[in-house]
Amino acid sequence: MTSTEAAFSAKAGPLFDLLEGFVVELRNAGLPVSLSENIDAAEAVQHIDIEDRVAFKYSLAATLVKNDAHWKTFETLFEVYFSLRGPEYALDGDAIEFDDDVDFDPGEQPQGEGGQGGGDGLSPEELAELLYQALRQGDEALTRAIARQAVKRYAGMEPGRPVGGTYYLYRTLRNLDLDSVLDRLMEQRRADADKPLSSLQERLEKDEYQDRIDKLRREIEAEIRRRLVADRGAEAMAKTLRKPLPEDVDFMHASREEMVMLRRAIYPLTRKLAVRLARKRRHKRRGALDFRNTVRHSLSYGGVPVEPKFRHPKPAKPEIFVVADISGSVAAFARFTLHLVYAISSQFSRVRSFVFIDGLDEVTSFFEGVDDITEAVHRVNTEADVVWVDGHSDYGHALEVFWDRYGNDVGPKTTVLILGDARNNYHASQAWITKEIQRKARKLFWLNPEPKAYWNTGDSIVGEYASHCDGVFEVRNLRQLERFVDNLV
Amino acid sequence: MTHRFDSIDAVREGLRSVDYLADDSIAGVAFLADRLEKPVLIEGPAGTGKTQLAKSIAEMSGARLIRLQCYEGLDEAKALYEWNYKKQLLRIQVESSDGDTEWTEIQDDIFSDEFLLPRPLLEAITADDPVVLLIDEVDRVELETEALLLEILSDYQVSIPELGTIEAKQIPLVFLTSNNTRELSEALKRRCLFLHLDYPTLEREKEIVLTKVPEISENLADQVARIVRSIRQLELKKHPSVSETLDWARTLVLLGIENIDESDAVDTVHLLLKYRSDIEKAIKDFTANSAAHFEASQAS
Ligand SMILES: Nc1ncnc2c1ncn2[C@@H]1O[C@H](COP(=O)(O)OP(=O)(O)OP(=O)(O)O)[C@@H](O)[C@H]1O
Ligand SMILES: [Mg+2]
Repeated sequence: MTSTEAAFSAKAGPLFDLLEGFVVELRNAGLPVSLSENIDAAEAVQHIDIEDRVAFKYSLAATLVKNDAHWKTFETLFEVYFSLRGPEYALDGDAIEFDDDVDFDPGEQPQGEGGQGGGDGLSPEELAELLYQALRQGDEALTRAIARQAVKRYAGMEPGRPVGGTYYLYRTLRNLDLDSVLDRLMEQRRADADKPLSSLQERLEKDEYQDRIDKLRREIEAEIRRRLVADRGAEAMAKTLRKPLPEDVDFMHASREEMVMLRRAIYPLTRKLAVRLARKRRHKRRGALDFRNTVRHSLSYGGVPVEPKFRHPKPAKPEIFVVADISGSVAAFARFTLHLVYAISSQFSRVRSFVFIDGLDEVTSFFEGVDDITEAVHRVNTEADVVWVDGHSDYGHALEVFWDRYGNDVGPKTTVLILGDARNNYHASQAWITKEIQRKARKLFWLNPEPKAYWNTGDSIVGEYASHCDGVFEVRNLRQLERFVDNLV
Repeated sequence: MTHRFDSIDAVREGLRSVDYLADDSIAGVAFLADRLEKPVLIEGPAGTGKTQLAKSIAEMSGARLIRLQCYEGLDEAKALYEWNYKKQLLRIQVESSDGDTEWTEIQDDIFSDEFLLPRPLLEAITADDPVVLLIDEVDRVELETEALLLEILSDYQVSIPELGTIEAKQIPLVFLTSNNTRELSEALKRRCLFLHLDYPTLEREKEIVLTKVPEISENLADQVARIVRSIRQLELKKHPSVSETLDWARTLVLLGIENIDESDAVDTVHLLLKYRSDIEKAIKDFTANSAAHFEASQAS
C-alpha cells in the first residue's frame, strides 16, 4: 500500500480527524510538522495495534518529531490529547477512570476506612505516612494513587478557575513537603544500616529515593493535567502548554527551571558549533594555485595537469574582545555569550573579555588554562570588580574605563563585541568612544538581549551607540546567539 | 510483499536473541521501518547502541550488513559508484585500434554495468539477497553531500547519467546514525523515521550489563548501573556511554570486586570518564560528604 492510499483509508475513520487535530496542536506549539510527515503518521498507525498506547505513541513520535529537544512538548501534548480527553475520544478503555475509583490500596496499613475509595478517609497525617512508606518501598502503584489523592486534597482546584497548572502543582507539593520526606527516608536508611554509610552509598541511596520522588512528581503533574483537561477541554489545555522550545527561551525572562534547561543545552551547542566552525574554516577557502604540486601530480597522468592543486592559505585569525554588561537581568545573556565565545576560542587568535556594571574589569585570566568554562563564567559573576558607584549600569563610565585602560590594545585585527541592553539609567552615553573603537578596530558589533521593539524606549540608548557599530543584533535566545556566533567566524 | 517482522514483540525478542536489549521505542521504530519501507535516522549521544542496533537487526534477520562509513570529504565515487577508468581506457585502446568501431558504439560499451564499480549505496540496492544498509555517522559529511542520499532514501533508486535509473531489486532496511554534530537537512529528516537513542534506564542498563558480561553477578551489575546513573546526573563534559559501562563492569569482574566501595570507584572511574575535569568532579562527588554524614549519624 502506498502512503497516499494509506492516508486515504485512514481518512475514513475518526482516528484521522483526531490525528489531524493533534498535528495542529503540535504545530501551534512550534513543532515543524510537514505534510508528508503527517501522511506518514497516518500510515504508521495503520500498522500497529491501536489499543497498544505505547506503540501508538512511538509511531507518532517517530514520524512527527525529528528533533529530540521537542520530545517533551510532544509527550505532554500526546498525553493531553489522547489520554486525558473524555472517554468518547479515548483510544482504549483505561484512558479515563476519573473521580475516585483509583485503586487505592493501603496495604498493611490499618487506616483507610473501606468504601470511601481513593483514600478519602485518611487523615493528612495518615496520607503522609502512607506516602513515606510508598516511597520507601518503591511501590509505584501506591505512589500513583497517593499522587491522585494529594491533588484532590491539596491543589484546591475549582472548575473554571483561570490559573495554570504550576499554581496547583506548587500547592500540592507544598503540602507534601517532599524535602522533609527525603530527609526522613535517608535518616531511616542510615539507621537501618549496620555501619555508617559511605559517601558513595549516601549518594546512591539518595539518587534512588530522588528518582522515586521525581516519579511521584510526574504523577502529580499528570493528575493535575488530567483534571484541567476534564474542566477545560483538551484544546484549551493544549494552548496553555505552548511553552517556548529551549532554543527560543528568552534570556531575560527565563524561569529558574528554564535556566537549568538552558545551561544543559549550552554544552552540546558549543560542541556542535565548534565542530561546524572548524569544518567551515577548513573548507571555505581555497588558496592560490600551487603550481609545483600540480605539476608533480600531473606526472602520474602523463604530464596532463588534470588535478589542479591549491595552496592552503593560513588566513589570519581575528582577535576578539568581548565587553559584557553583567548587571541583573542581562547577566544570563552575558554568561551564555561568554560561554559560546570561549568554546570556539580556537577560531580566534586571542580572546579577551571585559565585564562591567558601572565599573569595568578585565576577566580574561579567569578563562586561561581552565577546561571548565562553566566554572570560569561563575567566577566572573562573583569575583570581577565591576561596581564603581552604585552598581547600576553606567555604559558611559564603563566605556571610559575601557578606553583609558585598553583602548591602545584595540587594533585592525580586533573584533569588538559589546553585550548589553544599553539601559543607561540616564547617565551620559559617551558614544564618542564607540566611534573611536569602530575607527581603530576591524569590526564593532553590539548584541542586545532586549526585543527590538523596546530599543530606545525609556533609558535605552542603544541607538546612540548603534550609529558607530558595524551591526547591532537582537539576541534574545540561544537560537539567535548561535546564529550570530556562527556568522562571526 | 512479505514482511520481515511479525510484530513489535517479535522484533524485541529477535534482538534479545542476538544480545541487543531494545526498549519500546527501539522495537517499535524498527518494526515500522520495515512496514513503511522507510529509513530510520538514529540520533543520540556516543556509545548508546546506535551502530549496534543496525548490526543486530541484520544479524537477527539473517540479512547482510552493508556499511557506508561517513567522513568529511566522502563523495559520490566512494558512496555510490565509480567508473572503472583503467578498464575503460584499455577497452578504448583495443576497440579504436580496430579502426572501424564508431565512437558512439565504444561509448555505449564502456558505460555499461561491466565497467561500473558499485560502492555501498549502489551495492545495497542492487543486491539480490536481503540486506541492511547502515549509513554510519551521517552528520560527518557536508550538507551538500547529504543530497546524494536523498534519492536512495526516498525512492530506493540511483540515477546514473550514462546508464539511466537503477531501481532496487528489494527494499533494504536502512539505518542512518548521527551524533548530531551538525543539524541534518530537513529534506533528509523528512524522509526518515526518527529514533532518539538516549542512555538506557537503570533497569535496561543493568540488563545490558548482565547480557554482555555473563560472568558478572546480579548484585554487581545492579551496583554498576546505579553508580553510572548517579554519575550521569552530574554536569559533565561527557557522560559515560553504555560501552564505557560495559568496559567498567568487565574490569570490576577481572579485579574480583563484588561490592564497589568508595576506593574501588575512585580507582576505576577513569574507565567511565575521559576528561580529567570530569574524573575530578566525579571523585569529589563520591567522597565529598563522607566525614559530614559520618558525624551526623554518630550524633543521632
Ligand atoms: N541496547 C543494547 N543492548 C546491548 N548492547 C548495547 C546496547 N546499547 C549499547 N550496547 C553496547 O554498547 C556498545 C556501543 O554501542 P555502539 O557502538 O552501537 O554505539 P553508538 O551509539 O554507535 O556510538 P557512537 O556514537 O560513538 O558511534 C556496543 O558495542 C554494545 O556492546
Ligand atoms: Mg556508532
